[in-house]
Amino acid sequence: MSTLEIKDLAVSVKTDDGDKQILKGVTLTIKAGETHAIMGPNGSGKSTLAYSVAGHPKYDITGGSVTLDGEDVLAMSVDERARAGLFLAMQYPVEVPGVSVSNFLRTAKTALDGEAPKLRTWVKDVNKALEDLNLDPSFGTRSVNEGFSGGEKKRHEIAQLELLDPKVAVLDETDSGLDIDALKVVSDGVNRFRAKDGKGVLLITHYTRILRYIEPDFVHVFVDGRVAESGGPELAEELEANGYDKYLRAAV
Amino acid sequence: MGLELSSHLHPVGSFDLSDHPVPTGREEVWRFTPLKRLRGLHDGAALGGTGVGAEYDGPDGVAVEPLAAGSAELGSSGFVPTDRVSARVWHEAGQRYAVTVPADTELDAPAVLTLTGKSVDDATATHAVITIGAHSRATVVVRFEGSATLADVVEIVVGDGAQLTYVTVQDWADDAVHHSTQHAKVGRDASLKHVAVTFGGDLVRHDTTATYDGPGGSIEMLGLYFADEGQHIEHRLFVDHTAPKTKSHVVYKGALQGQGAHTVWIGNVLIRKEAEGIETYEENRNLVLTDGCQADSVPNLEIETGEIEGAGHASATARFDDEQLFYLRSRGVSEKEARRLVVHGFFNDLIRKIAVPELEESLTATVETELAKNVLKELS
Repeated sequence: MSTLEIKDLAVSVKTDDGDKQILKGVTLTIKAGETHAIMGPNGSGKSTLAYSVAGHPKYDITGGSVTLDGEDVLAMSVDERARAGLFLAMQYPVEVPGVSVSNFLRTAKTALDGEAPKLRTWVKDVNKALEDLNLDPSFGTRSVNEGFSGGEKKRHEIAQLELLDPKVAVLDETDSGLDIDALKVVSDGVNRFRAKDGKGVLLITHYTRILRYIEPDFVHVFVDGRVAESGGPELAEELEANGYDKYLRAAV
Repeated sequence: MGLELSSHLHPVGSFDLSDHPVPTGREEVWRFTPLKRLRGLHDGAALGGTGVGAEYDGPDGVAVEPLAAGSAELGSSGFVPTDRVSARVWHEAGQRYAVTVPADTELDAPAVLTLTGKSVDDATATHAVITIGAHSRATVVVRFEGSATLADVVEIVVGDGAQLTYVTVQDWADDAVHHSTQHAKVGRDASLKHVAVTFGGDLVRHDTTATYDGPGGSIEMLGLYFADEGQHIEHRLFVDHTAPKTKSHVVYKGALQGQGAHTVWIGNVLIRKEAEGIETYEENRNLVLTDGCQADSVPNLEIETGEIEGAGHASATARFDDEQLFYLRSRGVSEKEARRLVVHGFFNDLIRKIAVPELEESLTATVETELAKNVLKELS
């Protein structure tokens, strides 16, 4: 049973005008089996939270802590975090020319498990994961994310989620840019992951529509680099009806 | 003396050595080359050496034979020296030979010539003429190994409707100096895939030019190079669209590592007035793996007719892409493994395009060996 604990996390980025504080003390605890949705307007720092937890070098941690089952995540390198059980589904997955999807997946799985996956079951698993996400098996031979449509990139992220099977998944606007069919396919994938024992999900989104397919246990409203309000699924319904105005006014 | 040039895309050739003064390094075509390291190939070093041994291994149907000075084959590609080194080779080559595939012949395996240098002291010049008869199909691979000071001229004649894949692999020892002048003439509806793979050598400079002998010809030039500490690798390419409806596609990719690694890529394309309906694209990409390297990349396109299908070029020189490394590492892949994946990926497309199965594995392995020198070592 794993727990991701974010405490008072403060993060800044370097800009031309000096350091800019983006996260101003974020506290969140995601326990095994829980799905937390973070909702907030553009520029509120949602993606910064996701990338900081994953260890992107662009972000400077200026305060607070992140632990996974008590282990100091912030002291780990990017790949150590992944091997500890964290996964980030990116909003804009990166193209890696010349590296095939199947080579990439096998390399990642080998790195995570410390040994190469058994060939026969692995090929079957990969094909099933691709098929489940409505991706043609020929995807295996294509270069990672190169020439993929926006929807294909997102489905490829969720196929990785299922294959790499982390403890805690951070999904950064996985719903953005998806049409309704793709949204369902992606949501089904996330729900299959959630249905496994002891998985934690941090679902970052701008819109409420994905929450119709992935029902969160907790909803947090994220404004100006911190959690402005937390509640149950009903909070999402309220946001659907009233938007972020009341929080934005309070923040100003 | 010296020849009058209107532009270096309109070079004027001459067989007369006195038309080619010793370069000073200020000339456009020499400004990137460290002349001091050419061991006098451009000046007056004796070239009569026999410092390079040749061995042939290949299918029946290919004739490999020596040529006497003055043979009609020499110059059959339309080659006329435009610089002093190749003019010297023309006159002073100690070894001249022909590789000939007759017309209407399909080779079932690559013809492989291995040229092994024995010493850097014995400067050597060779002149080869490779002729592929009309409607034939062949793959010719020339491998260079060992230590040598070599100036060569290679003429390539691709007959009408013929298809040639010509690959040179410069797998020289660290102290080799190699100046190569290659000139191809591509027949009507013929195609030439010209591949240059350069890993070894202290100084390797290729001047590769290609012209068309009729409409419909197609030229693909692929290059893969890996420059290490102190190495100078220079590729100067010139596709001269002399006929209508012809095509050219140039892709050169290189990686650099170590103090003083220097690569030069010049991609010249001239579209002559009569070359209507042609298509050309050239691309050079360099991956800079460590500090202290220099990659020069200069595409030039000169267009004398607007009646063409398309013309373009691209050039990019960059370090590792942090976002690519982050993406791979966020999946648990170590930094070292992520770098290895990115570099292999960088070259993979190109290796696939070369499409000579006999070479694919060894090229991938060579990339791995090169990576082990720096990129993977530093991190281990």
